[in-house]
Amino acid sequence: MTVELNLTRDPAHLRHGSNIGQPLRRTDGALKVTGKARYAADNHPPGMVYAVIATSCIARGRVTALCVDAAKRHPGVIDVMTPAHKPELAEDPDAKGNPFAFRMELLQSDEVRYANQAIAVVIAETLEAATEGAALLSPRYQVEIARVGLDAGETYVPPAVGIGHPAEVRHGDIDAGLAAASKRIDATYETPAQYHNAMEPHAIVAVWDGDRLFIDTPSQGMAMAQMRIAGLFGIPPANIHINSPFLGGGFGSKGLVSGPQVLGVMAAKLVGRPVKLVLRRSQMYGPVGHRPPTRQRIRIGTGDDGLLTALEHEARITTSSFDDFYEPAADASHTLYASPAIRTAHQAVRVDTGTPLFMRAPGEATGSIALESAIDEAAFACGIDPLEFRLKNYAEVEPTTGKPFSSKALRQCYAKAAERFGWAGRPLQPKQMRDENGFLVGWGMGTATFPALMFQGNARAVIRADGRGVMESGAHDMGQGAWTALTQISADALALDLDQISFLSGTSDLPDAGIAGGSAHTATVGAAIHNAGAAVIAKLAELATSDERSPLFGAGNAGVVARAGRLHRRDDDARSESYAEILARAGVAEVEASGTGAADPAAQSQYAMHAHGAVFAEVKVDPELGQIRATRLVGAFAAGRIINPLMVRSQLYGGMIWGLSFALHEEAVMDKRSGRILNANLAEYHVPVNADVPPMEVITVDEHDPHVNPLGIKGVGEIGITGSAGAVANAVFHATGIRVRNFPIKIEEVVMGLGG
Amino acid sequence: MMNFDYVRPASVADAIAEASEKGATYLASGTNLLDLMKGGVSRPSRLVDVTRLPGLDRIEHLADGGLRIGALVRNADLAHDADFARNYPAIAEALLSGASAQLRNAATVGGNLMQRTRCAYFYDAGSACNRRWPGAGCDALKGENRLHAVLGWSEGCIATHPSDFCVPLVGLDAVVEIEGKGGRRELPLEALHRLPGETPERETALERGDLIVALRLPTEAKNFAGHSRYIKVRERTSYAFAVVSAAAALRIEDGKIREARLALGGVAAKPWRARGAEQVLAGAAPDAAVYREAARAALADAKPSGDNAFKIELAQRIVVRALTLAAAGTPDRIPALPGSPFSSVAGA
Ligand SMILES: Cc1cc2nc3c(=O)[nH]c(=O)nc-3n(C[C@H](O)[C@H](O)[C@H](O)COP(=O)(O)OP(=O)(O)OC[C@H]3O[C@@H](n4cnc5c(N)ncnc54)[C@H](O)[C@@H]3O)c2cc1C
Ligand code: SF4
Repeated sequence: MTVELNLTRDPAHLRHGSNIGQPLRRTDGALKVTGKARYAADNHPPGMVYAVIATSCIARGRVTALCVDAAKRHPGVIDVMTPAHKPELAEDPDAKGNPFAFRMELLQSDEVRYANQAIAVVIAETLEAATEGAALLSPRYQVEIARVGLDAGETYVPPAVGIGHPAEVRHGDIDAGLAAASKRIDATYETPAQYHNAMEPHAIVAVWDGDRLFIDTPSQGMAMAQMRIAGLFGIPPANIHINSPFLGGGFGSKGLVSGPQVLGVMAAKLVGRPVKLVLRRSQMYGPVGHRPPTRQRIRIGTGDDGLLTALEHEARITTSSFDDFYEPAADASHTLYASPAIRTAHQAVRVDTGTPLFMRAPGEATGSIALESAIDEAAFACGIDPLEFRLKNYAEVEPTTGKPFSSKALRQCYAKAAERFGWAGRPLQPKQMRDENGFLVGWGMGTATFPALMFQGNARAVIRADGRGVMESGAHDMGQGAWTALTQISADALALDLDQISFLSGTSDLPDAGIAGGSAHTATVGAAIHNAGAAVIAKLAELATSDERSPLFGAGNAGVVARAGRLHRRDDDARSESYAEILARAGVAEVEASGTGAADPAAQSQYAMHAHGAVFAEVKVDPELGQIRATRLVGAFAAGRIINPLMVRSQLYGGMIWGLSFALHEEAVMDKRSGRILNANLAEYHVPVNADVPPMEVITVDEHDPHVNPLGIKGVGEIGITGSAGAVANAVFHATGIRVRNFPIKIEEVVMGLGG
Repeated sequence: MMNFDYVRPASVADAIAEASEKGATYLASGTNLLDLMKGGVSRPSRLVDVTRLPGLDRIEHLADGGLRIGALVRNADLAHDADFARNYPAIAEALLSGASAQLRNAATVGGNLMQRTRCAYFYDAGSACNRRWPGAGCDALKGENRLHAVLGWSEGCIATHPSDFCVPLVGLDAVVEIEGKGGRRELPLEALHRLPGETPERETALERGDLIVALRLPTEAKNFAGHSRYIKVRERTSYAFAVVSAAAALRIEDGKIREARLALGGVAAKPWRARGAEQVLAGAAPDAAVYREAARAALADAKPSGDNAFKIELAQRIVVRALTLAAAGTPDRIPALPGSPFSSVAGA
């Protein structure tokens, strides 16, 4: 399967020298704004039919009856897939082959584990017929009482949180630290369930050809999806061809292939025709992951000098009744502030929801809003400016491990953002500032942090007889700009101009690029590309320097340097040869080499690696009506090398808006009796609209980090949320004097707190 | 989606005939109805598309100084009609505070009046709801009800009417013109929506087949143009229904409030006319004390139907704000953030 893409290049940005760091415009932008970018659900192979999932409206129990006949009688319905009538699977979807093989509902039984779970699939000639067929199934249930919310049952200590992190971390003596404190904060914060709500719903178009499978589906991890599907259907991974050139957002929910996507593959197998299955918006609230609710208790002790004596962060989180994902909310307290004693701990409760999953800044987002609020409370208790308080407690080394940071320009972030915002002179006491219209004005800040991760990814580089280069890697563009940034890195890796290379991506037929998550994709694939480029140029150098007819003869790989499609001798720049000349003389059609990007364990054991930032927020609050409006957001971020400042700014804007959303808007409301989500739509699940987004500014602070990876990239996809959510919440306190600890901040808390 | 008949009658008489059969319902722009059908909440067997009916898309100035607005006039077209916005600024502001630009471009006057409640349990086909299924019970009563009614509710239903448009309309004595099997009749808008009582399923005074053909504003409605505001508190700045809203319209002469009109949104199953408060205001000098008294009068009968006691307090403060801003004078232009408490902020 090949991807035909007519990517555009902005000629203004074609240049010699490094392409990295250039504000290249999106290569896929024109395709997207003209509707030519083909997303998964835009595909219509010949003979295709439609599958629609029937979902459970109970959260726990069994399906006792389905009116399959009624559905089948509906004109256009081809078949109804149920637990009793479905293709055999080679593997139990509840088997836990590895920690990332999340259990999924593939009609293996009549059991219902959460509301919105798939209980049947109707396949029909039209979407309308399949939809009505699903409605006609009129399921009957044996209902059990749903377990809902953070108090639904016994708590337990999870075996691990996030990706294999310990549930509890102790450093120093918390009790001693608290006992020694002259001021103590003990506060409990709650954050709600949130859903990824990518604009593009999970969708799949599946075509079987014998035991080969062709899939169009949005994926943040094609190779992992291939492995999972291969296991379930008992075919080799190489038989599965996934096409995922564009995603309409993923935010973690498309990191792993989900149950509904696999049901589409099963449906295609059942009816022997190509099948399209697209989730309705409401169906995305269940089987494709979410951010679980949290209750976080933070205790902080400080001395008379305003230095932390203890920081304790305990988080209670929910997970599903049948699988294990644990939002590492308390881990946010590991790295940010120096304290002689730090303890983080997690407790979990099993509830009747779909399994929670990584959602943009998993752990950091939930943990950060609690931690940054608590730090604000501590600063206030000490009578110290929140920025000064954070600077006093600045972590020079990672507090829980004692490791030095590979780089940390957080001080510059604080300074630059504070200056730009105009923080100086902020009154310590809340409710001191009003604007000319009488609205209460508040200023708050938060520190942003996100680990600089690396996964493993591969790339293949080719230099052709005409001197042009090709770089291939099955990377994932979720809208973040991978097509563009990786093209820039590819050009540099091949020492060619942008118009001399092709960057191929977005299908599983290309080298495995690993997962696009953890803000690590550019770093991981960038490193793979960098290494592949170096390797292919080494092959060219080998051809040239071992050939006496070449002006480079005898120089050796180390003795030549690649620049603008030529190899030059290091000791005599005038002696050079073009790629095309080298290949022509050698009679070779092309040279090819591979590269891998992965974390360097030695560097990781030596250094703590994190991106940092500082966010300042201004809000205005109506003094009687309690309506809150963010009016300014300024963030400065230090995230290693910036490959493309335009894309990076967009990522950081998006993250900061998400933080604003976290503080003021976003919440899935669940009925405590039924376990059903009551606002499973974009009208009532509120995210900020344009009118809510204030003027924003993003500053990037240069950081040269030789340790994180060869390109010094730290990743910017998630950090924008952290810090921002707390900054907005702290600004609300500063405006009103009301400390709201349940998020999102609701109007009633402010109205009732403000008095008449 | 279920199969249904779709008819597009050429005349009002045909439309009424088509819609008089059981299971038939009018379709205007469908911004509410189609969502309900997709969610399985409404399952009509016949849609009678009224959008091509002739003559219902006009705004007419009547000889007596009143205004007649056809039921098919789009929400956006009405709000952006310069005459209309000048004469009835609070109505225009209310319209523009609702939904989104795309929805307002589509939504019709008739559809806006007849839109159904946004009670989440009404939308959730799995929940018990007396409106959807008389006698089934009301799952909102002990459920997530922080945004439900504080006035005029019954144990049978605590839902609110979601329209912004209707709030100033009811304050300004709008009249609804209806054509039905029995011919033409008219009804004060205040009598169109019903309080739930024992029969929450009977949401309006319309009978099967009744078609709203027009909305009329009486001559006097213009008298308030100089002192009118609509204020809407919501959970985000745009594209959200009111938590509570208020429309205030004053006729101020010689430093005295000669006549006041006040209505509240988001508090009851109908747009809520606060006549008691109007009486408090009539003849008084416009000042904060009298606004507070009016606010108390407006909410005197309010009681929480769940976790929503705050709405009673908030509603009173919104009344005070709406009155204060109305007394200060209608702004020259409809604010960039219509209905928002922040609408007075320059550049907001
Ligand atoms: C996401 C979203 C947000 C919204 N936010 C707001 C908001 O903030 N404020 C607000 O006020 N509204 C809001 N709305 C509601 C919107 O105003 C209504 O959907 C719209 O006004 C309905 O008009 P329509 O022409 O599309 O009606 P339709 O959906 O076609 O019809 C609605 C109902 O009215 C009946 N009907 C239509 N015309 C007539 C007629 N002439 N006579 C008798 N019955 C008739 C139909 O049978 C149907 O039952 C929102 C809607 C959505 C989807
Ligand atoms: S409040 Fe009314 S609309 Fe809502 S569930 Fe109860 S009866 Fe139905």
